[in-house]
Amino acid sequence: MGTYVLKRIITIVPIFLLATLLTFGMINLSPVDPAEAYFTAAHIQATDEMLEEKRHEFGLDQPLLIQYVNALIKICQFDFGISYVTNKPVWEEITSRLPATIQLTIGSLLIAILVSIPIGFLAGLKKNSAIDHFSRFLSFIGASIPSFWLGYLFIFFFSVKLDLFPVVGTGTWKHLILPSVTLAFPLIALYTRLLRASVLENLQESYVLFARTRGIHEKIIMGKHVLRIAISPMISGLGMNLGNLMTGAIIVEAVFSWPGFGRYFIEAIFNRDVPVIQGYVLLAAGIFLTSNLIVDLIQMYIDPRISRKGRQYQ
Amino acid sequence: MKAKLRDMLKSQKVFVICSLILCVLFLITIFAPWVAPNDPIAVNLAHKLQPPSLDYPLGTDHLGRCTLSRILYGARISLGFAILIFISALSIGLIIGIIAGYKGGWVDQLLMRLGDGLMAIPSLLFVIGFVGIWGAGLKQVIIGLILVQWVYYARVIRGMVLSLKEHNYITAAKISGSSTCKIMRKHIIPNVLPSLAVMGTLEMGWAIMNLSSMSFLGLGVQPPAAEWGAMILEGKSYIRTHPALMIYPGLMIMLVVVTFNLLGESLSERFGVKRR
Repeated sequence: MGTYVLKRIITIVPIFLLATLLTFGMINLSPVDPAEAYFTAAHIQATDEMLEEKRHEFGLDQPLLIQYVNALIKICQFDFGISYVTNKPVWEEITSRLPATIQLTIGSLLIAILVSIPIGFLAGLKKNSAIDHFSRFLSFIGASIPSFWLGYLFIFFFSVKLDLFPVVGTGTWKHLILPSVTLAFPLIALYTRLLRASVLENLQESYVLFARTRGIHEKIIMGKHVLRIAISPMISGLGMNLGNLMTGAIIVEAVFSWPGFGRYFIEAIFNRDVPVIQGYVLLAAGIFLTSNLIVDLIQMYIDPRISRKGRQYQ
Repeated sequence: MKAKLRDMLKSQKVFVICSLILCVLFLITIFAPWVAPNDPIAVNLAHKLQPPSLDYPLGTDHLGRCTLSRILYGARISLGFAILIFISALSIGLIIGIIAGYKGGWVDQLLMRLGDGLMAIPSLLFVIGFVGIWGAGLKQVIIGLILVQWVYYARVIRGMVLSLKEHNYITAAKISGSSTCKIMRKHIIPNVLPSLAVMGTLEMGWAIMNLSSMSFLGLGVQPPAAEWGAMILEGKSYIRTHPALMIYPGLMIMLVVVTFNLLGESLSERFGVKRR
């Protein structure tokens, strides 16, 4: 088990390196000159000498390989450079906006889990019942509805028409509800579907039959054994979907004017704030990979068969 | 004969209905200039924010443009570019997947590790980042979407090629002197096509949704062009007084995505292909 964990951690390193290489390549292939972008973002009319000086300061006159290695060393120290617009370190800018986004994502994860576990579980147990049909409808609509539109529908019905929730802003728990439900919607769809399918599959397993022949109460079999194992694909779905959650947060933050780092990222794009864009993409890749790792480890803890099978990283 | 036809329609109800809806949408896409009652970008401030009437069946927006015409022309952008993204990503994925699967060795390793790196970044985030660095615009969004899409096709195709390669008939074809190119064309590609059809249909919905998300963020289609996501962005300021402006385009996005998803699902049941 220890070796599996270690192996799993080591696989992350080359993938992250590749992600940094891709981002670095993307920036260097682009027509944007960082020095020019810097002065445009800062609203300074730059002369040729100033541009030359900035290029030297950014290290753009060095060979690409050295630039990349330097960037890599800085990334390892959580130094993503300095924002062109605010002149503050990108890391500081991102972390100062992180709490709002984390609040939003945790809120939506909680909602998604609380809604999808009972629905998906019951739908799997009672196939073709009313709740099963409802769950299939829910997972279909949830996967097909654009979240930004859903957000505005919520604003229209619950804020404008019924006046239950504030339209935009932060502060109280009321502000959190509409954005988190919007963000949770696609997750609910996915988790319900995963859990339902997994419960259906597990009911066919021999351990269920064995437990039944031993005369164990149906409620115990379902609640203690089936649910515990059936939930496993949902957890891996959780890890794989964290990326979608992060991009979903960008859109939801734009709809609800939520002051998280998704909205900051969009602002950075319009300002061509290259270090912020790069920092955000890399951070997202890092969070995405780490969360996948954590999810794998949790899954291994819940279902020890996985480490024995030596499930491949996918 | 009639009974047979009815049976077929019944068993493939979802498939038939979805195909019909898509056919209508494609016809609208092609014939938008003839179907649309008005010019989608003609500004007429005298007629702004009007309720539905004979001239403007769904009313007008804040610049007096016909909402229905804009929605119909929007289908052009959404469907047209979704197809473009699908075909390009599929072609790249097909070529790379086949090369990686068939050649194996370091070529395979290199291509697949490149894919791993791309997949380490959440796909829409990569597109947003790509657009962020290369500048906002429809072209950049489409290139970005293709860049993240091909990986999925390539991985699936590579896996299929790897398993197909072991079959005896491929060996037989090799022994009888078929060239690699011919084996691909005659044996490998026909075998991977059904799975690709299923994947492609599901990915169309994905592409349309993300294209409109990018336009909604202001990174994709630029005004005054009519696109559903961009229409929602423009309509959101009138949510209190004229909610229809943002409700109609959203309904269209949902209709198209639901149709593609249902179609993909029914195709995957038919061909026995698992969705990813």
